Amino acid sequence: MPKPGPLSEIVSVLLWAGVGGAAIFALFTLAASRAEPVNAIWLVIAAVCVFAIGYRFYALFIAQRVLRLDARRLTPAHRLHDGLDYVPTDKYVLFGHHFAAIAGAGPLVGPVLAAQMGYLPGTLWLLAGVVLAGAVQDFLMLAISTRRDGRSLGELVKSEIGPKAGQVALIGILAIVVIVTAVLGLVVVKALAHSPWGAFTVVSTLPIALVMGVYGRFVRPGRVGEMAAIGVAALLASLVAGRFVAENETLAACFAFKGETLAFLLIGYGFCSSVLPVWLLLAPRDYLATFLKIGTIMALALGVLVVWPTLKMPAVSRFIDGTGPVFAGSLFPFLFVTIACGAVSGFHALVASGTTPKMIADETQARFIGYGAMLMESFVAIMALVAASALEPGVYFAMNSPQALIGATPELAAAAISSWGFATTPDALSEVAARVGEQSILSRSGGAPTLAVGMAEILASVVRFAGATSFWYHFAILFEALFILTTIDSATRIARFMILDLAGAFAPTLREKTFAANLVATTLAVSGWGWFLYQGVVDPLGGINSLWPLFGVANQMLAAIALTLCTVVLFRMKREAYAFVAAAPAAWIYACTLAAAFEKIFHPDPRIGFLAHAEKFSRALTNGELLAPTASAAEMQRIILNDYVDAAMAALFVSLVLMMAAFALFAIRGALRSPGVTTLETQDELCELQPAQT
Amino acid sequence: MNCANCSLLKLDLPRLGARLRDGARLMIGQGDYDAYAAHRRARHPAEAVMSREQYFFERQTRRFGEGGAFRCC
Repeated sequence: MPKPGPLSEIVSVLLWAGVGGAAIFALFTLAASRAEPVNAIWLVIAAVCVFAIGYRFYALFIAQRVLRLDARRLTPAHRLHDGLDYVPTDKYVLFGHHFAAIAGAGPLVGPVLAAQMGYLPGTLWLLAGVVLAGAVQDFLMLAISTRRDGRSLGELVKSEIGPKAGQVALIGILAIVVIVTAVLGLVVVKALAHSPWGAFTVVSTLPIALVMGVYGRFVRPGRVGEMAAIGVAALLASLVAGRFVAENETLAACFAFKGETLAFLLIGYGFCSSVLPVWLLLAPRDYLATFLKIGTIMALALGVLVVWPTLKMPAVSRFIDGTGPVFAGSLFPFLFVTIACGAVSGFHALVASGTTPKMIADETQARFIGYGAMLMESFVAIMALVAASALEPGVYFAMNSPQALIGATPELAAAAISSWGFATTPDALSEVAARVGEQSILSRSGGAPTLAVGMAEILASVVRFAGATSFWYHFAILFEALFILTTIDSATRIARFMILDLAGAFAPTLREKTFAANLVATTLAVSGWGWFLYQGVVDPLGGINSLWPLFGVANQMLAAIALTLCTVVLFRMKREAYAFVAAAPAAWIYACTLAAAFEKIFHPDPRIGFLAHAEKFSRALTNGELLAPTASAAEMQRIILNDYVDAAMAALFVSLVLMMAAFALFAIRGALRSPGVTTLETQDELCELQPAQT
Repeated sequence: MNCANCSLLKLDLPRLGARLRDGARLMIGQGDYDAYAAHRRARHPAEAVMSREQYFFERQTRRFGEGGAFRCC
């Protein structure tokens, strides 16, 4: 390649100065809008420019100076090439694989919930978080795992920090899997309760997946394209049929489930599907979920770019003080755990140390795949934020506030929400419900229904036909429910393997994974997340309000573990001068996670602190009172028990994070005392075995 | 069609199509069978090569079985 001349250098400097100027101008426009609503175009410009600068400069700095990535170093895909797991793969194809593995419900739901504080806090955290923390974590983890035969996060913690730290990480991962499954299940329950149309389409996915599974196994083995075509066609048919189910009184009654019923159905489903062979239910539904997910994300992005909606939510709302109805707690630390995926997500560390490092053809591509795919996920989160902020704030708060705060009728809700300063009318709320084909949109918390309304409004103004809004609304609900069900299924399996592995340390016979052992472990896994799911469903504040922050804390705790590992590795590589790249975001995540967990346990406001909530109910119980929505002393007792379990869970996260930090400090001290490189990369010997090749 | 960009489009379309197809398959855990078969024949000529169907089932079990891929929330 010819060396760039002075002219192209000048052009480059001017170009990047222009990108920087555009970013600053767009952010200023967003922040300075007080009087009139601002257009989503500024949000998109700000995001794209910040991402471009982060990728061009910071990611390049990490690649060249911090990690010193070298295209001549052999990756595991070449060294351990087996044609199956280890395969050198085209970087664009691998980017798609990695993106599909990291992007799920998280980036779509978190920003929607955070919109209660206005669009600006969420936007700033998404942009700063992804460029300096989230994408850095994914990139470092991918590069570190690639240089160590594509080992997993748990194994890397074990080999780089110590065996005890490895066990701490494994327990942390198991706890996270349980909480994530419960909270995602809760999102599905909130979206499908009392919604015959939604429940019918989601129930239809079961027979559809079974037919696809049998087709792909026996009729035309391995024809994924045909399976997906059959599945998508049948899904669209069930979406259309859903309208008739909703309009027919007898059928509608069959599919109008209460929240509690749905929770038990989900628990039963989780158990059954995770013991069935994968080809029958899990795999075909995963194909549908994956393709629908990518398609819907593209449709949302295109819709926003065609419609350019106006952001009706204020830039900063009054709820930054912690009194918000969607989730309780002040801006710091709760915004930073509410938006996890899209800014920084610990789960990605599992993906970046999973299949992707085994397929990367050249380690310099870790920047494009690790850092780049995370930027793309952040862009998806920005789109979700746009969709939520483009709704009328009155509608947004009606959908996301618990019934305990706004009442059960449009009249009560409109009065309550108007009193918060977001003027709305009962007619406006009923009209939105009618337009999306639901009986009511009140208190449909969890983010998914709000995003579905936002998406439906955007898509219905692009693709217009009669009933378009209700069709797109149920399409969005279906797509979210579909991949959340897939996550529940695979997470139950993962939890089962982990339980058997952990138990196998004490009783080696369990390692043989007999049918009975599998059943017991599955029961344990399902009852673990089922417990949290059920308590979320019967929670007087709607569940999401108190459980989403716990989910965020869990996810960010995993990010803290991953960034700690990256910091230790940089010290052991003797690159301590650059350790701040991982240590600074790690310190920030520690601060947010610990502050959020402490507040969830000890905060004196019963809406935030689990112990204060338990205290409130105990006091009422001793006075012989019953607090809404309980109807008996036994129910009161159960709520108190739930509070203690939640507090114990938060305390578990705090202790795991603190133990991890302590192990890391010891490892860093050891690395500093050692004169040479102590990290366990595989590349050095390999460079000698295999001379550099370009 | 006579335009300056057409040759460019013609050049890139098959490659783009192949990448989209491979990308879509890899997203659901199905790698490139032809690359697998070529690799096995070249490096392990004495050993058996799975058929396309066997490869599909192997990849399916691997994705969702023990040690399978973690997916994000």
